[in-house]
Amino acid sequence: MITYIARRLLLLVPVLLGVSVASFGLLQLVPGDPAIVLAGQEATEDVLAQIRHEYGLDQPRPIQFVIYLRNALRGDLGISIQSRQPVATLIAQRFPFTLRLAFLAILVSAALGVVAGVVAATHRNSVLDLAALLGSLVGISMPIFWLGLLAMLLFSVRLQWLPAGGSGTLAHLVLPAVVLGASSSAVIARMTRASMLEVLRQDYTRTARAKGVDERHVVYRHALKNAMIPILTVFGLEFGYNLGGAVLTETVFSLPGIGRLVVEGIFARDYPVVQGAMLVVATTFVLVNLLTDIAYAALDPRIRYD
Amino acid sequence: MPPSIPASATTDPARAGAVRAAGFWADTLRRVVRTRAAVVGALIVGAFVAVALVGPMLAPYDPLKGRLAERLQAPGAAHWLGTDELGRDILSRILYGARITIQIQVAAVTLALAIGTALGLAAGYGGRWADLVIMRFMDILMAFPGIFLALAIIAALGTGLVNVVMAAGIYLVPQFARVVRASVLTLKEMEFVQAARALGHGDVAIVLRYLLPNSLAPIIVQTSLRMATVLLTASGLSFLGLGVQPPAPEWGALLSNARSYMITAPHVATMPGLAIMLVVLGFNLLGDGLRDSLDPRLRQ
Repeated sequence: MITYIARRLLLLVPVLLGVSVASFGLLQLVPGDPAIVLAGQEATEDVLAQIRHEYGLDQPRPIQFVIYLRNALRGDLGISIQSRQPVATLIAQRFPFTLRLAFLAILVSAALGVVAGVVAATHRNSVLDLAALLGSLVGISMPIFWLGLLAMLLFSVRLQWLPAGGSGTLAHLVLPAVVLGASSSAVIARMTRASMLEVLRQDYTRTARAKGVDERHVVYRHALKNAMIPILTVFGLEFGYNLGGAVLTETVFSLPGIGRLVVEGIFARDYPVVQGAMLVVATTFVLVNLLTDIAYAALDPRIRYD
Repeated sequence: MPPSIPASATTDPARAGAVRAAGFWADTLRRVVRTRAAVVGALIVGAFVAVALVGPMLAPYDPLKGRLAERLQAPGAAHWLGTDELGRDILSRILYGARITIQIQVAAVTLALAIGTALGLAAGYGGRWADLVIMRFMDILMAFPGIFLALAIIAALGTGLVNVVMAAGIYLVPQFARVVRASVLTLKEMEFVQAARALGHGDVAIVLRYLLPNSLAPIIVQTSLRMATVLLTASGLSFLGLGVQPPAPEWGALLSNARSYMITAPHVATMPGLAIMLVVLGFNLLGDGLRDSLDPRLRQ
């Protein structure tokens, strides 16, 4: 187990290095002089020279990258072109919101998905199973921004139950979290159904039934507990995809998350913001995946890694 | 790489086991439902391709020119699906948009298919180092969750049709690479490949004549499923205003202003989204159906 964790941590290094090369390279790919990109078209030659020095653009590229990496490790992600604030500060203001949204979405999708999956598995080939199958197909086929618009139309405009946008209270987060969690719940439902069916035909389930254990006890105590192990890993992956989906959800509901920050950054050509946000989001995703994999290995002693 | 649980556990072995355990009638019922689902998927995809081909001929109005006097009209006799904020006919815009959508899908999936398959073959057959380097590179691409990778590419390259294709295509390269690699890793240990090597076939011949043709089933399944993913990514980018630019009637772009007219003209928000969902659903159904019929490991 410790070897496994050590090996995974070691493999993390090239990936995180690659992620930082990618976010560093973003600016290099933009056509034109990076100094002009950073300072704006109207900048005078003095300002450009200062920018070049400040960002190390007068140095060779590899040195530039080392400077970028060193600053990033110190928590210095540069200065936003638009707001003149440190990028790290902007991200610290926006990212917790997105994390909270993605977390709520996972809670919603876990509840919905696991229930639907268990019902489908225990009522195989029934109308309920079919309904869960169709529901999950529609769920994964739904463009998240359209689902958001429809939910807003129904619950905010027609029924006026929930606010259509903005943030502040928990009520503001209900629609976004459900919308964001919808496709994850479809994935989790499918996964739960498959995993439950697999466990339900194991010998130990048959043994439990044979010794007269109550069926509900068999399903929830014996089967679901074991079926949950592979489902757990999906939570990690889906949490990451929710970070991505949050870009669209935040736009639909005008929420102050990191997704909006990136989109606004791209529109304003505020490259330090885009670079910084990409770096932080990708690092988070990689770490979440690592934690899920370790949890998986720890929970299921049958899994062997070499 | 993590022990790749999702791909295997979400679908194949569990479902295969489930079918084996099922009774004859239950099995038949499920099979009929699945086949019918695949047929429905194929019909939706077929209808979509037809609309993309002849849609512009069917469109009652010019998709780009609107009459401001007729702006935001609810669906009715003159405009079946109503008009948008510039008085353009929404039905005509959806019909024209199908062509843009299918162009993006085909181009992006072809790009991902070509690069991903090549990388997957190289990683699976090229030995330990090739595998390590290629798959680490794929890990880096996959470290950007969901639409973030596409956004990063758009940030660097700019908006527009071609860059959307690049963004949506590169985003899918790892998916194809992983599937092909997994297939090659299994195949290359099989006897017929060993035999081919014993008979003196070179690496290129083995890859092209034995490994690639035998990996076609998962590649075809991925192609159908990824047509769905590309549509979601591309329309998402356009919805954000970072994809295909107005006034082009790309389906996601049709929704990007809908929020402003939510109260006065809710129809602007409904129809284009329905088009996206139907086509995505069609490709998903088709892909699932193809997986069941093409993958010999699932056939009982």
